[in-house]
Amino acid sequence: MNGKTDEILLEVQDLKMYFPILRGLLRRRVGDIKAVDGVSFFVRRRETLGLVGESGCGKTTVGRCVLRLYQPTAGTIKFNGTDITKIPEGKLKPIRREIGAIFQDPFSSLNPRQTAGSIVADPLRVHNLASGRDLDERVAQLFRMVGLDPRMADRVPHEFSGGQRQRIGIARALASQPSFVICDEPISALDVSIQAQIINLLEELQEKLGLTYLFIAHDLAVVQHISNRIAVMYLGRIVEITSSDELYDNPLHPYTKALLSAVPVPDPKVEKTRRRIILKGEVPSPATPPPGCHFHPRCEIATGECTEHVPPLRDVGGGHYVACFKA
Amino acid sequence: MQEKDLKNKLAEPSTDEETFVPPHHSEWKRIGRVFLRRPISLIGLIIVAILVIMAIFAPWIAPYDPLKTNPLNKFAPISSEHWLGTDQLGRDVFSRIVYGARTSLTVGIIAVATGGVIGMAMGLAAAYFGGWVSAIIMRFTDAIMALPGLILILLISGLVGGGIPIVTFALAFGSIPGNCRMMYGQALSIKQRDYVMAARAMGMSSSRVMLTQIFPNAFAPLLVGMTMALGTVVLAEAGLSYLGIGITPPTPSWGVMVNDGQKFLMTDPKLSLIPGAAIMIMVFGFNMAGDGLRDAIDPTLRGIV
Repeated sequence: MNGKTDEILLEVQDLKMYFPILRGLLRRRVGDIKAVDGVSFFVRRRETLGLVGESGCGKTTVGRCVLRLYQPTAGTIKFNGTDITKIPEGKLKPIRREIGAIFQDPFSSLNPRQTAGSIVADPLRVHNLASGRDLDERVAQLFRMVGLDPRMADRVPHEFSGGQRQRIGIARALASQPSFVICDEPISALDVSIQAQIINLLEELQEKLGLTYLFIAHDLAVVQHISNRIAVMYLGRIVEITSSDELYDNPLHPYTKALLSAVPVPDPKVEKTRRRIILKGEVPSPATPPPGCHFHPRCEIATGECTEHVPPLRDVGGGHYVACFKA
Repeated sequence: MQEKDLKNKLAEPSTDEETFVPPHHSEWKRIGRVFLRRPISLIGLIIVAILVIMAIFAPWIAPYDPLKTNPLNKFAPISSEHWLGTDQLGRDVFSRIVYGARTSLTVGIIAVATGGVIGMAMGLAAAYFGGWVSAIIMRFTDAIMALPGLILILLISGLVGGGIPIVTFALAFGSIPGNCRMMYGQALSIKQRDYVMAARAMGMSSSRVMLTQIFPNAFAPLLVGMTMALGTVVLAEAGLSYLGIGITPPTPSWGVMVNDGQKFLMTDPKLSLIPGAAIMIMVFGFNMAGDGLRDAIDPTLRGIV
């Protein structure tokens, strides 16, 4: 148990990521896709923060900004107390070693022309952590750690199943011994029978290695299971953050309520009587988001205020934050 | 002591650290095995090998001096004395084919390889870095493409003179845009794959990402294209020699032989058909070998072919 548990490892403040829309011969900027529009959250050491929202809400972009695969338009990302938003790529290497990444699609996250062993060895080679016989041994250790037979190290990704591939991806993410891992929908591309195995493996590894996770997903049931706290995103903004139990027992934001009502309940009696909130309309385009609260065109309880002002993320007590005037 | 070791080994699973033998990365052996097991790629390899041996050992293989004329024995038919007959000056056609392999192979391979390497490097860099790097590189290739190939080569040779090195360089230069654009398109789509993201997220350097992650996955279609380009280049060299820029007349080259023989197509067609067949066999050989190599290095075909 090294480090205080309530110590903040990652702090993101007012993060904005706009992708320019270029048109015409001169590639003039005619607008922006506001993929992430002012997102703030923090992750404590050794906890799991779930980040949920539907496709296109910007949750993957948040993860990629933290990984510095995208250069954010505005805002700060503090990792372990250091602002990493503007560190030049050349000086970023020690930070990169500390942050691992697991990707969604195990069929495109592994280089088809590299052997599994070489894929897992890459972070070790990039950071000069091991070489020669030592490297082989470290790779074998990592294989065993994620439940793979080290003798499979000379096979190529094509020869593995989806679940095995994701295990290789996890071994790669953990090779440089990071303290923080961004899991970008690590199970949504897997068969349901495999999903539980991977979730259990991630939890087991967190326990064993003292990892901190940012767990991005769209499946609420899975997120509730693995997360300590959950942040709900809608169209580039966080609408609600709270502990996962509180979110399920007492959701405050109308969007969160709608999301939760879409999760089927495994009890037919409850399933028959409970109220389902069916959202009307589609998610607006992030290029032309509605003014005020992004959710107001689809909201049941929206009033005039919601169409004019952006509701701030306010504390309603007990670490429960919600961005809604009415809640 | 020994007994204890043995006991330990028996008690622990086979994947234990002590007994674990790191796998040997025998990817090259596997590629070789897959390549050689297919008859078509094996035939290609044999053709290429024969041509290369012919070029290197030309003085020992050729029965006659390829430059020696014999006015008394012009247009000789195929015979045991002259295997492929003689040409309009009484020179032995077989000897000229053997010596011609030197010029044609050298010009062809060097031009295709140089143009390929430069073009691919440019396309890779343009796709990876994007922005102004891509703008400069792609506009430059557009500029090369805008000039008709022949005019471009005439321009270069007009500026710096003729000769084999210049012709080779000019032909290489002309093949840069094609390779560059093809690699650009391939690399642009591969750059978006998650494994490239993963490599960047772990802190891998740009050059290493390009060489180990993008290039191996973008190379296959270009390899086949390059083996096809070989034939075009050998014929283009002939065209240039015809215009007096390339090879100086007595030096044998397959392209020049096709051109010279063309004047006697009605009376003695073998004079252009034989070197033509040689070019065809060469392209076929390289193409089959290239095709086999592409399949052999494709990991998704493991165990299938």
